[in-house]
Amino acid sequence: MDTAKHDQENCRDVFALLSEYLDRELTPQSCAEIEAHLAGCPPCIEFLDSLKRTIRLCHDCEETGKPRPLSAEQREKLVAAYRTFLSSK
Amino acid sequence: MAASDTRDEVALARDLLAGAPGAFDSFVEVFRSKIFHYAQMVCGQPEDAEEVAQDTLLKVFSNFGQLREPERVKAWVFRIARNECLMRKRKSVFAPTQELSLDSFLPHKDRDDDRRLEIADWSALPDDQALRAELKEVVHTAIGQLPEIYRAVILLRDIEELTTEEAAEVLDISREAVKTRLHRARLAVRQMLDEYMKGARAGGRR
Repeated sequence: MDTAKHDQENCRDVFALLSEYLDRELTPQSCAEIEAHLAGCPPCIEFLDSLKRTIRLCHDCEETGKPRPLSAEQREKLVAAYRTFLSSK
Repeated sequence: MAASDTRDEVALARDLLAGAPGAFDSFVEVFRSKIFHYAQMVCGQPEDAEEVAQDTLLKVFSNFGQLREPERVKAWVFRIARNECLMRKRKSVFAPTQELSLDSFLPHKDRDDDRRLEIADWSALPDDQALRAELKEVVHTAIGQLPEIYRAVILLRDIEELTTEEAAEVLDISREAVKTRLHRARLAVRQMLDEYMKGARAGGRR
């Protein structure tokens, strides 16, 4: 029972850091600790994989929806603002 | 992702600052789509998003001299875009937020086999185009349902692919807050996807 409890606590600690681990924002030491845990914990690997896929699906969402083409009037206003900036340099 | 995109965006900003030929149209083409998409996720309406894109670009061009470091163009533009979205905020969208607790996302181990978790089988995901399109919708919905402080972070980090530093700058919060909120937002989206896939399986989708 003690071992099971210990494992669960380790899982919880790793669980809290999985995003930083995937984003490579942890120290090498923390990474090594997580990898050591993952090596012996298939449930955490499975969870990590599903989190990775979630992030990938979020990245894919960037492609959805396009604005209507810029109207002549909208473009004109932007060009005027840009020209003002250039002339003030 | 993002490293080469970011280099391109920085190059665009440099060209624009220098008044290089073609720089204006390239900059508008790249950033208008990005701002539109971001604003659509924040404001919820395509009409609002087009307005946000236009007003943001107007402010960008009018204040371009304030961009001291072209390397920070993405954070700078998104900060303006976010302010434009906030100016159009609806109370329902930006209602007082509740905290998402990490523990609520901790998966349970399977009762019959403690080597497994009670999560759906995600393994068939990449090859099924129809399912992926459905899942994108689930992701959109899941992000839309997040409390604002979490939605703001996941939109910038995972959809628009800003770095932690850039997102912290746009939202005016610490890097640590970005990381904490991002993790909880991802866990919430993951959980909704998981529930969806369990339902799809039970309904004989796969």
